[in-house]
Amino acid sequence: MSQDILDWGLLAAQAMLGLAMAATFYRIAAGPRAQDRIVALDALYTVAMLMLVTFGIRTGNSLYFEVALLIGLLGFVGTVALAKFLMRGEVIE
Amino acid sequence: MIGDIPVWLAALVSGLAVFGALLTLLGCVGLLRFETFYRRIHAPTLGTSFGAIGVLLSSAVYFSATSHRFLVHEILIFLFISVTTPITLTLLARAALYRDRVEENDPTR
Repeated sequence: MSQDILDWGLLAAQAMLGLAMAATFYRIAAGPRAQDRIVALDALYTVAMLMLVTFGIRTGNSLYFEVALLIGLLGFVGTVALAKFLMRGEVIE
Repeated sequence: MIGDIPVWLAALVSGLAVFGALLTLLGCVGLLRFETFYRRIHAPTLGTSFGAIGVLLSSAVYFSATSHRFLVHEILIFLFISVTTPITLTLLARAALYRDRVEENDPTR
């Protein structure tokens, strides 16, 4: 009983996160300017991280948290580098 | 799965996960539907604030019920998200404003 509730609830959460990823993918593909694409990429990193956390609950494995933390770290660095590139035209001065 | 958990705990875990995922989905739909860049940049922060709180709290409740693990991972992830999101979005908004000024677009459009 409780296993069923957990399974279906997590499945619903993962379906919603998948729809959110599809929305950010559309904005990455169709964004009119570069800054729209970068905002969508930042949102995609966050949604992928939350998706990995739900996978961790589903499998009961705490290995996924390390991956989620890594994605958060790399997403921050990547977005800052892209924003600096938009501002200056180069990343390392 | 590690062990059996009571029904109310399973309902709490899945309710929190669905709440967080729903807020994240709303934020990304906002990213899809708003018209200008400066409106769009507000929408995904719904996912990075309360969406992340919902999903991470659900994971914290589940893992503290099934295994005796201290919930340092969730706290670490949430601290990291809540510190870095304002920095990246401020930098990005400033870069977009700079580009609009250079190209002489109207930013309030």
